[in-house]
Amino acid sequence: MSMPFYVAPEQVMKDRADYAQKGIARGRSLVAVEFADGILTCAENPSRNLRKISEIYDRIAFGGVGKYNEYDQLRMAGIRHADMKGFTYSRDDVDSQALANQYAQMLGQIFTHEMKPLEVEILVVAVGFEPSGDRLFHIRYDGSVTDEEGFVALGGEADAIRERLAEADLGSLDLAGALRLAATSLAGPDRQLTADELEVAVLDRLHTGRCFRRLDNDAVDDALSSSSS
Amino acid sequence: MTLPLFSTTDDPGPSFTNLLTKLGMDPGHAINNAVAGISSSQLQITHGTTVVACRYDSGVVIAGDRRATSGNLIAHRTMEKVFPADKWSGVAIAGAAGPALEMVKIFQLQLEHYEKVEGHSLSIEGKANQLSQMVRNHLPAAMQGMAVVPLFAGWDQRRNRGRLFAYDVTGGRYEEDEYVASGSGSLHAKTVIKLGRGGRLDQGQTVQLLIKALFTAADEDSATGGPDTMRGIYPIVATISSDGYQRVDEEEIRERFELVMTELVAGQGTDDEEMTA
Repeated sequence: MSMPFYVAPEQVMKDRADYAQKGIARGRSLVAVEFADGILTCAENPSRNLRKISEIYDRIAFGGVGKYNEYDQLRMAGIRHADMKGFTYSRDDVDSQALANQYAQMLGQIFTHEMKPLEVEILVVAVGFEPSGDRLFHIRYDGSVTDEEGFVALGGEADAIRERLAEADLGSLDLAGALRLAATSLAGPDRQLTADELEVAVLDRLHTGRCFRRLDNDAVDDALSSSSS
Repeated sequence: MTLPLFSTTDDPGPSFTNLLTKLGMDPGHAINNAVAGISSSQLQITHGTTVVACRYDSGVVIAGDRRATSGNLIAHRTMEKVFPADKWSGVAIAGAAGPALEMVKIFQLQLEHYEKVEGHSLSIEGKANQLSQMVRNHLPAAMQGMAVVPLFAGWDQRRNRGRLFAYDVTGGRYEEDEYVASGSGSLHAKTVIKLGRGGRLDQGQTVQLLIKALFTAADEDSATGGPDTMRGIYPIVATISSDGYQRVDEEEIRERFELVMTELVAGQGTDDEEMTA
């Protein structure tokens, strides 16, 4: 009987992390930006059908980057979690933090116990009735969660995008301004993204009930071409 | 509450009721089990009564009175029986109030859940069919006197017209072209609509007609509530058109009731004159 080679736990974790990061880096990135009347989520996504952004509940949205089938499964689990909770208790009792914690638990569990970690990073975003109630949770493949403020970037180029966003003035953004900022930050200095290459959705702060709304190509075009005043 | 995850072969798909069943919370289970072996005479169940819906050239109007009865008593004066099912459709209920409200809640969630999971909403026939299955699953309780008979109305975005569906206790689904009604006062309400539907009515005229129908139903049927001017309680009326589901303003409903009453008083006047002449 052959004995398996000893591999240090540090090495196992590092190998898994490298594997997950490589998978995530192959896909395109996603950002969310808070603005006066809500939160904008914008992903570089040439597909009209394979969505990265989705509605979870009244004031909660989901974003995922990496491997489609893996984050889509997480998206469905999130919708089920939220709908079950709203059914059992009330619509007001569905909160983003509980959902983010559940995702973190699950990703952490898979990262340490399964053969293969999930090659995804996900975003749970919730819009408050006041800007102070906004929540942006960034959850990584290993289950680590960060609670971000103002903006968040996910994906292979997240670090570069985050730097670009950090330089911007987030103080008084409207929807068009937030969209322009998101598009230019995703694109970087050397290229320009058109409406066809973007998937955009908003959580509308002023709305009651279901606040999630997608922006179609025309609306995205209008916002991108409107002058930055 | 944990994150519900399923293996691919065990996945409930986009159905919320399937999800509930998988998680051991089958919504019909408790009531259908409980009613086995009892008869309705042993129970005083709260019942909701008259609901009506009628098509017009560019949509549907759906309406319901506010009374709930328990035997010969009035159980509630302000019960709501007309609900949005989603942005493009509405559901109205008559029958045992408790199970009916639960059915509406699950039906609304079923449509929303599907829409979120699949990324687009069900076709109007898909929605009508879902409701049909829910009514059928409720059959054991219906046989014990706790029947729920809903109406479903919606805007068909693919064919650009309003559509109406009536149901029976077995889950039978009947699409109607003109109007539908359910509940104890439905017979009288239907007659009023049938006689008043001359020519093509617009939205305002259809709202007026349904208000007159509910008024007549309340006049003839003790379980149907009329306009309560003393407390300011009026039926709920909603329109569903290419703009989606919209509840008619309470003030407008009040004014339209006054119109019905003015007509009634004027009508009595002429009768008296004829008699004296």
